[in-house]
Amino acid sequence: MIVGQLPILQVIVPLLAAPICAILPFRRLTWLIALAASLLALAIALTLLDQVLSDGPISYLLGDWAAPWGIEYRVDPLAAFLLVIVSALGSVIMLFAPTSVAREIADDRIFLFHAMYLLNLAGLLGMVVTGDVFNLFVFLEISSLSSYVMISLGQSRRALTAAFQYLIMGTVGATFYVIGVGMMYMMTGTLNMADLGTRLPAVAETRTIIAAMAFVVVGIGLKLAMVPLHFWLPNAYAYAPTVVSAFLAATATKVAVYVLLRLVFTVFGGPAMVGLPVDQVLLVLGIVAMFGASAVAIFQTDAKRLLAYSSLAQIGYMVLGISFLTATGLTATIIHLFNHALMKGALFLVLGCVFLRVGSVQISQMAGLGRRMPWTMAAFVVGGLSLIGVPLTVGFVSKWYLIQAALEKGWWLVAVLILLSSLLAMIYVWRIIEVAYFRAPGDDVLQIREAPVMMLIPVWILAAGNVYFGINAQQTIGAAQSAAAVLLGSGG
Amino acid sequence: MNQHAVLRVVTKLLMPAILLFALYVQFHGELGPGGGFQAGVIFGVGFVLYTLIFGVRSARQVAPPGALRTVLGGGVLIYAGVGVAGLLLGGNFLNYSVLSHDPVHGQELGIQLIELGVGTTVAAAIISLFFIFAGQDRPE
Repeated sequence: MIVGQLPILQVIVPLLAAPICAILPFRRLTWLIALAASLLALAIALTLLDQVLSDGPISYLLGDWAAPWGIEYRVDPLAAFLLVIVSALGSVIMLFAPTSVAREIADDRIFLFHAMYLLNLAGLLGMVVTGDVFNLFVFLEISSLSSYVMISLGQSRRALTAAFQYLIMGTVGATFYVIGVGMMYMMTGTLNMADLGTRLPAVAETRTIIAAMAFVVVGIGLKLAMVPLHFWLPNAYAYAPTVVSAFLAATATKVAVYVLLRLVFTVFGGPAMVGLPVDQVLLVLGIVAMFGASAVAIFQTDAKRLLAYSSLAQIGYMVLGISFLTATGLTATIIHLFNHALMKGALFLVLGCVFLRVGSVQISQMAGLGRRMPWTMAAFVVGGLSLIGVPLTVGFVSKWYLIQAALEKGWWLVAVLILLSSLLAMIYVWRIIEVAYFRAPGDDVLQIREAPVMMLIPVWILAAGNVYFGINAQQTIGAAQSAAAVLLGSGG
Repeated sequence: MNQHAVLRVVTKLLMPAILLFALYVQFHGELGPGGGFQAGVIFGVGFVLYTLIFGVRSARQVAPPGALRTVLGGGVLIYAGVGVAGLLLGGNFLNYSVLSHDPVHGQELGIQLIELGVGTTVAAAIISLFFIFAGQDRPE
């Protein structure tokens, strides 16, 4: 019986844990609850992935109301893959959290941070399992509202303006999304994704549906910080507590990309899409993001902000992969969702260690850290190499598939551009490595000790993941390929 | 507000009526207009009125932050708990039919409990938000 209930348990475990954390103002206890809920979610996600890959998609009816009328939860390989990414990164980051959070968040707010984290986790997992476009909006708001609160917990007062900026942009995005959903509902009378996918082609060329597509893509574009809708992201990541930046960078944008995939392929029919040239728009915006954001990242003085701009560039790669509308392109995007979560998770957690010891993440203050914090900075090197796409790391696997997809289509220029933009990544990663290893340490740096072991373990779990899944990529590629096949199959 | 005897007396007279009306809207919700959200707002408005006349400090004595947080989270727990109860009794999450021997009674009981969860959370949220804005110039 319990196995059949896994799709809903995936969401309600963190959803039930969140109010319990809000009621109990003890930070140790709420941390244990948050960690236990994350680990339980991870176990459920792994079971679901295993089940889906062997037995095919799982459908779950909320309240036993039949599908197109009631809310349906639907777990297919893509959804299960995303569930694993989100809950795994959540678990590792919670393992890392206590010391870093104690340093960066006021004591009397830590239990609220845990409640907000769990709500965010529930929202993200809910967005992934649901098969209903309106239910997706509800979970989108749950995860967005909690992330505004988490960002505003940052130490500097600028965290408040960053959170407010994100609140405005995020609300505009969610509103656009729901306007688009309303228009689709008006034309088809259904909110179920699969049902929409079968009913939309009949009305696809009406102006209402074309407008709906535009609203939905722009709305989700705001949430996933697709250049040029990205202005909220650098500030939000730079001023949020490091643990929050790590969690949002590793999971929230991934889920937004997932939503875009769902809408473009399951709802609008992917290659069969008519009306708007969504793929061409995504192609251009993806390439602009790859170069523009990487170029801006080179000139940053704050390491967190540098990684934030690098995230924008990486989102560009994912969007580019979608724009090919081919199996290889989708495989590249889906595998990069996982790989980028590993890289950025590791890199942001390293900055969490640096902040704990140095008290700042300005690049100039990191001089000589390579010798004072060897384990921490070595993890940064691994994550950085992966970000560039050096062979034997996960970054290489992503770029390999992306370039293959470009060559399959005969787009030589795009393949060259992917390689060139990797060179830009090399420059900004090198800037930090150069300062950390080749500059003489300042007087304050000489006092600094290595980060505590309890923080290094999660950092190295992620860093080792970067290498392990870079060498032994069979499993992740297999999951990504079957996910891509399902997306294209459902698109006709 | 100490000198406005009329306002103070009228507020004291209105308070029970407002809170009782909130409960009426709450428990009459499935038969007539109303429901948990509306009831929660009316209940919260009672506190807002009391605060306006008697000040944030005395209102906070009735509803201290810890209690408000408990009610706030408790409402969500009631809602989700009903869902889990349906799940434990052999249905899917939020299936009310299995809550009682008769599916119709089960549906009625389920929606009443769900609305109770909504009502308590909304009331606590309204009161908390108002306290935060009203008490802004002097933190507790």
